[in-house]
Amino acid sequence: MAAHKGYFGEFGGQFLPEILHATITGLEQVFETAKHDPGFWKEYETLMQNYSCRPTPLTFAENLTKYFNGAQIWVKREDLNHTGSHKLNNVMGQGLLVKRMKKTRVIAETGAGQHGVATATMAAKFGFECTIYMGEVDVLRQRPNVFWMERLGATVVPVKTGSRILKDAINEALRDWVGNMDTTHYVLGTACGAHPFPEMVTWFQSIVGIETKKQILEATGKLPDRVYACVGGGSNAMGIFSGFLKDTAVECVGIEAGGRGIATGEHATRLASPDASIGVSQGYKTFFLQDDDGQMKETHSVAAGLDYVGVSPILSHLKETGRVRFESATDAEVITALSLAVKKEGLIPALESSHAFAGAFREVSQMAPEQIIIINQSGRGDKDIFTIADALHDPKWRDYIKDKAGEYNAS
Amino acid sequence: MLRDYIEKKRVEKKILIMTHIVIGAPDLETSYQTVKAMVEAGVDIMELQIPFSEPVADGPVILAANQTALDRKVTVGQCIDFAERVAKEFPVPFLFMSYYNIVFKYGVNKFAEMMSAKGLKGAIVPDLPHEEAAQYLAAMKKYHLDPIFLYAPTTSDSRMKEISSHASGFIYCVARKGVTGVDTSFSSDLDEYLQRAHTSTDLPLALGFGVQEKADVDFLKGKADIAIIGTQSLRVLAEKGVAGVKKFIAGMQ
Repeated sequence: MAAHKGYFGEFGGQFLPEILHATITGLEQVFETAKHDPGFWKEYETLMQNYSCRPTPLTFAENLTKYFNGAQIWVKREDLNHTGSHKLNNVMGQGLLVKRMKKTRVIAETGAGQHGVATATMAAKFGFECTIYMGEVDVLRQRPNVFWMERLGATVVPVKTGSRILKDAINEALRDWVGNMDTTHYVLGTACGAHPFPEMVTWFQSIVGIETKKQILEATGKLPDRVYACVGGGSNAMGIFSGFLKDTAVECVGIEAGGRGIATGEHATRLASPDASIGVSQGYKTFFLQDDDGQMKETHSVAAGLDYVGVSPILSHLKETGRVRFESATDAEVITALSLAVKKEGLIPALESSHAFAGAFREVSQMAPEQIIIINQSGRGDKDIFTIADALHDPKWRDYIKDKAGEYNAS
Repeated sequence: MLRDYIEKKRVEKKILIMTHIVIGAPDLETSYQTVKAMVEAGVDIMELQIPFSEPVADGPVILAANQTALDRKVTVGQCIDFAERVAKEFPVPFLFMSYYNIVFKYGVNKFAEMMSAKGLKGAIVPDLPHEEAAQYLAAMKKYHLDPIFLYAPTTSDSRMKEISSHASGFIYCVARKGVTGVDTSFSSDLDEYLQRAHTSTDLPLALGFGVQEKADVDFLKGKADIAIIGTQSLRVLAEKGVAGVKKFIAGMQ
């Protein structure tokens, strides 16, 4: 097949119903114009500096380094973004494009809720109407984020179709978009979907990689040996990897959700397991966890944000070319890694980001002290307090919730 | 090929009726009885949807039907057997409708070969624009099948011409923005859109999305060659059963 726009090797493309053709073409044009306008990137950087603490720090994890007695461990602090994750980078960038397109409403899907909160925040700041689609299962496990989205003025729609998680939220957002594209922009949260989304989201998230490279060179005078990032759709991974892909000595490692273990089938590991195969869905071609008929499978991860059947077409391509290595970490490994990061460094990574920590912790002891690794802490874990407290079987938390429920029941 | 069939039929009928079912919803036997009832009620063409787990262009009713079928473990293999059976038994042309992943996973060339062997006449794949369809188009051509493409009200005149150059059989005109199963306003805007569509192509035009009652079909006479009844017959099936569908379809013409 002839290669055309939006392809990364054989992955990507633009598989959308005809009704969206004019809209997606319009978006492509606005994105291309912005990309070639140096003033746009400057505007974006300034906005992120003033609104979201950029550049975020690169923290040397001295205690963890000592503890593992291997390579030096550095952590890129995307958790310190406003709203608590790297998601805001992409969202504010797309928000600037929405202003250029003169649209007045934004919609988004969300898994963990981080992208939903980020989008609702952007909508509040820019004065857009906002609807967030979120799988019913995720609404239940991420109530604090739902609370904030609603406070921020967004309408949160629990999606009750399919497996009621991230992929189903994407489907519902697409269904909204095909009816309302004149006024509405779909703020896709990850480097997936139809062209130009994978490229566009990666471009906005590349701010992470650009900063990280500069910071590690300033701090240590050399490039890292390895960079670790968790991979759901792939936006934080593409963001930090972007800074290093051309430096072939830097190994990029993507950590996927191993769930209850690859052998159980209850996971969301597309690239680091033999369980996924190439398919076309939700607008793009990539590796999907699907059956032989092409029906998407149920996925599982303790981290809602990684609980997704597909993966960025750019990452599928980077896997095929061997430029990025993919591993997976199980729910149990992730909880252990999270506890260690909290206790040793006072860092509170999100469950999603804790996958990157788990993947790094597994390997770092075997590395030499002059070597350097960077872990992308894509988000903060405070939002996961309910899930983490459950996973840690924290008895005091349980008592607190019971007491709280008692208070509400009594009132 | 479908075009000849449609043009011949149009000599006797002002407008043809195409209906849609989701294979296996609520179960395979009901699907079969529904096809039988629809044919007896006088439909001219039928669309058989192979259920898919991510039907992004479909609204709540067809989406739910896709899920019901998948919950009952209806496989692509069963859908093919079903299509073969009805194509053999009933004297109307049958088309497959599904999303591209189903075709892609089956193997694009193999899918076309299978359709031809089982007596299907063409396919509608709403998430496969012609730009991505080189392999599909070649396979459909090889097996003398009609690839049905879609127009939307947002499609420009020049793009309509481009789409038409890849299509055969007929053009499926989506009546409005949005997913299936929502009301359409049958108004002068629609006239204008169909007029643009006619100007762009020699192929017959079918109009779908929101055709719910006889008045809608009557409105389309002289403006389109085929009225497509999708969601509404699924609703009738759920409420009034197979006999209700038969009466409903008969009443549309």
